[in-house]
Amino acid sequence: MAAFPLSNVGPIYRREIRSYFNSPVAYVVIVVFLAIVGWYFSNNLFLMNTASMRIVFELVPLVFLFFVPAVTMRLLAEEKKSGTLELLTTKPVRDVEIVLGKFLAAWTLLAATLAPTLVYLVTLMVLGTPDLGPVVTGYLGLMLTGGVYIAIGLFASSLTENQIVAFLIGMVIILAFFLADKVLLYMPAAIAPAVEYLGIDYHFSNIARGVIDSRDIIYFGSVLGFALMTATASLERRKW
Amino acid sequence: MSIAVRNLVKMYGDTAAINDISFDVKTGEILGFLGPNGAGKTTTMKIITCYMPPSSGSVEVDGMNTAEQSLEVRRKIGYLPEMNPLYLDMNVLDYLEYSAQLHGLRGGAVQQRIKEMVHVCGLEDVRHKDIGEMSKGYRQRVGLAQSMIHDPEVLILDEPTSGLDPNQIAEIRTLIKHLGRAKTVILSTHILSEVQATCDRVLIIHEGKIVANGSPAQLQQEFQGADTITMEIKAVAADPQAEIAPRLRTVAYVTGVTLLAHSEGRSTFEIHADKGNDIREALFRTAVSEGWIVLEMHRRVTSLEEVFHKLTTA
Repeated sequence: MAAFPLSNVGPIYRREIRSYFNSPVAYVVIVVFLAIVGWYFSNNLFLMNTASMRIVFELVPLVFLFFVPAVTMRLLAEEKKSGTLELLTTKPVRDVEIVLGKFLAAWTLLAATLAPTLVYLVTLMVLGTPDLGPVVTGYLGLMLTGGVYIAIGLFASSLTENQIVAFLIGMVIILAFFLADKVLLYMPAAIAPAVEYLGIDYHFSNIARGVIDSRDIIYFGSVLGFALMTATASLERRKW
Repeated sequence: MSIAVRNLVKMYGDTAAINDISFDVKTGEILGFLGPNGAGKTTTMKIITCYMPPSSGSVEVDGMNTAEQSLEVRRKIGYLPEMNPLYLDMNVLDYLEYSAQLHGLRGGAVQQRIKEMVHVCGLEDVRHKDIGEMSKGYRQRVGLAQSMIHDPEVLILDEPTSGLDPNQIAEIRTLIKHLGRAKTVILSTHILSEVQATCDRVLIIHEGKIVANGSPAQLQQEFQGADTITMEIKAVAADPQAEIAPRLRTVAYVTGVTLLAHSEGRSTFEIHADKGNDIREALFRTAVSEGWIVLEMHRRVTSLEEVFHKLTTA
């Protein structure tokens, strides 16, 4: 009987996965994503004659900017609107289990979306011998970046019962993290390093270069953890 | 499994949705919450089910405080919220499985309980159907099935029959009554006949306060006004107002007689008597001794509707 404190994550995760893949949502999202990334990749390959995964790692974080909030916007907002959240929270389920289950489901969808891009890698390996190190860390970086975006999107979804509002809030916060290290020129020199450290792209490019530094991992871990905690606290807001 | 509610207050900004409510529910009792919309029924239920905390006061379910032992309390409660929210994209079996798992059931117990609930709630024919494609009556049954999937000791049902047709209402009521024998049930409604049909005890809530508490029969008695009897008499009388009415006034406890209608020797009177006295026998004897023929006699008892109306429109 539910002795394991996170035993409800499983059922919630499975329901969300089923909800993604039983509706057109997952397929539309995956197709649109692959169409955009694939177009740039093949352009790069055929027109520029560059056989490289770099274009993928440059482009995907940008696509994620609007792609991830679109995936996460419904996670809590929909349940708030339909009232099923009341049902869920009056069952013996911890709020953190709800947040984790939904987070992992969206993360899985993200992985399922990225997986077909490995075909590009296969193409490159047929054509030549790409350096696999940066590719592996690049994918790791994409998953970490995506994870942080999802946690932020989930938090945005917990704020409102309107999915469009959740999408916009999520995108704005993600954009702030994405742009942080790109506006350093306009920052006072004293705080520039701190702002740079907050910028998600700064850490992503470190990892995508093939260097796994504990500072970057700690960054992703702590932003992810903080966003999930904020989402949980926001769910508990009904109790304030 | 008893429920003890003590001095419950819930403030929304400056207005109190519920204002110092206290009551007890005993094990096995079916308690009806009655009140106009916005009286505080749903708010009280949301607090008992741990959805939100009270501003002050406490709720104990089986001796466990909803604020301190929320998870334990929630394990014991089955809840059907107002409007019966459901995942429309799931089918019945998947949804019940999900509900069962969230209640900590695992393995064979899950299928066992689903089978039972599908049977009890009459969902056999639609068990593979998506909830979104189902009629309101079936959805309500799914809501009930979901609330009882873990065989809870306490059932909290917020307007379980709203939006159903009369046949479905009758079915759901029978179901609740049947299940309520072994459980402690709180249900809210604004349909008065529902309370009379299903509940052992009624709480009438108005503007966040309890204005009446007792069995339906008790309440009817307590809030009964003067006795009113309608009587139709056949008698040879040119002017019943002058010839019959004065005689009726001489009957003990009668406080007033009004002639409602008169035609072709038939007169209908409305007779008022002091509260709590059944004067039908005396009226009948009077009629016999006067040689009148009683065509109809009807005593009107204060209905729960009137009690409710009196208490909630002050």
